[in-house]
Amino acid sequence: MSKNKKLIPENIDDKLYTVKYNPDEKTHLHPKQDDCVTCIKKTCTFICPANVYTWDIESNRVLVGYENCLECGACRIACEKQSLSWSYPKSGYGVIFKQS
Amino acid sequence: MEREYVDVVIVGAGPAGIAAAITLARAGKEVVVIERGSFPGSKNVFGGAIYSKPTEEIFPEFWKTAPVERFNIEHKFAFLGENYGTVLGYKNEEHAEKFNSFTVIRSKWDRWCAQQAEQAGAYIVNETMVTDLIEEDGQIVGIKTELEDFYARLIIIADGVNSILARKAGLRNDFESKDIALGVKEVIKLPKETIEDRFNLEGNSGSIYTILGNPMNNMVGLGFIYTNLDSVVIGIGVSLDDLSDSEKKTYDLLNELKKHPTIRSLIKGGELLEYSAHLIPEGGYKCIPKLYGNGVMVVGDAAMLVNNVHWEGTNLAMQSGKLAAETAIAALKKNDFSENTLSLYKKKIDESFMMKDLKTYRNVMSFIKNNKKIITDFYPAKASEFLNQFITIDGIPKRKKYFSFISSILKERKLSIIKDILAFTNIGRSILLK
Repeated sequence: MSKNKKLIPENIDDKLYTVKYNPDEKTHLHPKQDDCVTCIKKTCTFICPANVYTWDIESNRVLVGYENCLECGACRIACEKQSLSWSYPKSGYGVIFKQS
Repeated sequence: MEREYVDVVIVGAGPAGIAAAITLARAGKEVVVIERGSFPGSKNVFGGAIYSKPTEEIFPEFWKTAPVERFNIEHKFAFLGENYGTVLGYKNEEHAEKFNSFTVIRSKWDRWCAQQAEQAGAYIVNETMVTDLIEEDGQIVGIKTELEDFYARLIIIADGVNSILARKAGLRNDFESKDIALGVKEVIKLPKETIEDRFNLEGNSGSIYTILGNPMNNMVGLGFIYTNLDSVVIGIGVSLDDLSDSEKKTYDLLNELKKHPTIRSLIKGGELLEYSAHLIPEGGYKCIPKLYGNGVMVVGDAAMLVNNVHWEGTNLAMQSGKLAAETAIAALKKNDFSENTLSLYKKKIDESFMMKDLKTYRNVMSFIKNNKKIITDFYPAKASEFLNQFITIDGIPKRKKYFSFISSILKERKLSIIKDILAFTNIGRSILLK
């Protein structure tokens, strides 16, 4: 059982470990933090299939792990405040799918 | 400095862009394809299968050299309850010879398609992001990239589901979350022989599963399995609206699906090769944007051309690319790139089977959304329950079983059963009649 778990991981970080990236130094995803503070649902924190967004209680802002972005665009559409400034990473950066 | 115009610039080297490029290059037109990924296919994700016939129209005898994984000879439909499932399948060996559909790995397939376009004379520029369109006097005349501007007599927008450019060209509004699904998939490595044993296959034949019900009950969503030569693809596509409402994570739903007793043995012992995600346009007929403007046409996912009832995306992409290219050839001949001339593209699309089909199914998604509970949960569960009772011998007289089965439906649905019948009749009518 433990062997299977390791080969087909359930944990999202382990899944993302199988994806090849060429990460940029700067984020291509810019949530408008003022809107995020008043956003009740914080849809980005659960809709993203790469778990890019996490809400940080201490700093009262959304943290963006853009390096793991799969470039799907779900966060942009699902953002209830419609205030996520979204673009693809710059030329040559971002995800490189090999098996999909 | 005098500007240099090429005949056509295509943004995006996916199936739509490449089909347009190869059609133009074969007609001797000067065509440049601009791709943001480091190679064609590197940013692309799909469920798993491409239909052969439309592919052949673009790439005759493609199977002789293309990187095809398996030709599908079987399609199974699995209706899953919590710990049970009903599976229906259709298998036909003729599909191995007549090639109905086949599986591919996009990084290999898209690259091969792009190579064919290059051999026909198209130029492909990789690793270049188009940031904007250049408009002059109401006419789109070029594109901006991070480094330089390109001018063209015509621009074909093939930049995929999120199509920033179709929105910038004013052809399309952004979609609403009800018209879009989020797909996630995992490619799981297994030995070729194991796949053939588990899926009951021989040689390079393949099998498809379409999965309804658990763990996506009460959500508009589907699961899918495809077989590659030495990997199995498993994934789900779920309406963004339902994900948002349920606050469930796609990868958790996929984890659950992989544990289902009907599914888990198919992938047991495998190794995850790659996890990926992509959006799927699901709005259908009612969401097709304006397909052309002065100097510009939009194709494929960017034009939201997906028939989700039959898992058609890549073929509609290729066919729309081809029709846009044919329109471009006519426009180049006339040397007229106005909206008026390019309306020929819309005419071609309307006359093609793809728009006819999308129109046929125009009400299907709203039907499913309005009857989510009964379609994804109640009636599939009842069908399984019926089969369970039919195969179980437990001392209860059969007639009593039938009556208690029927009364359980009546008891749960009550007068709603009339509503259900009406809903099914209406959708049947809208598919078959006007």
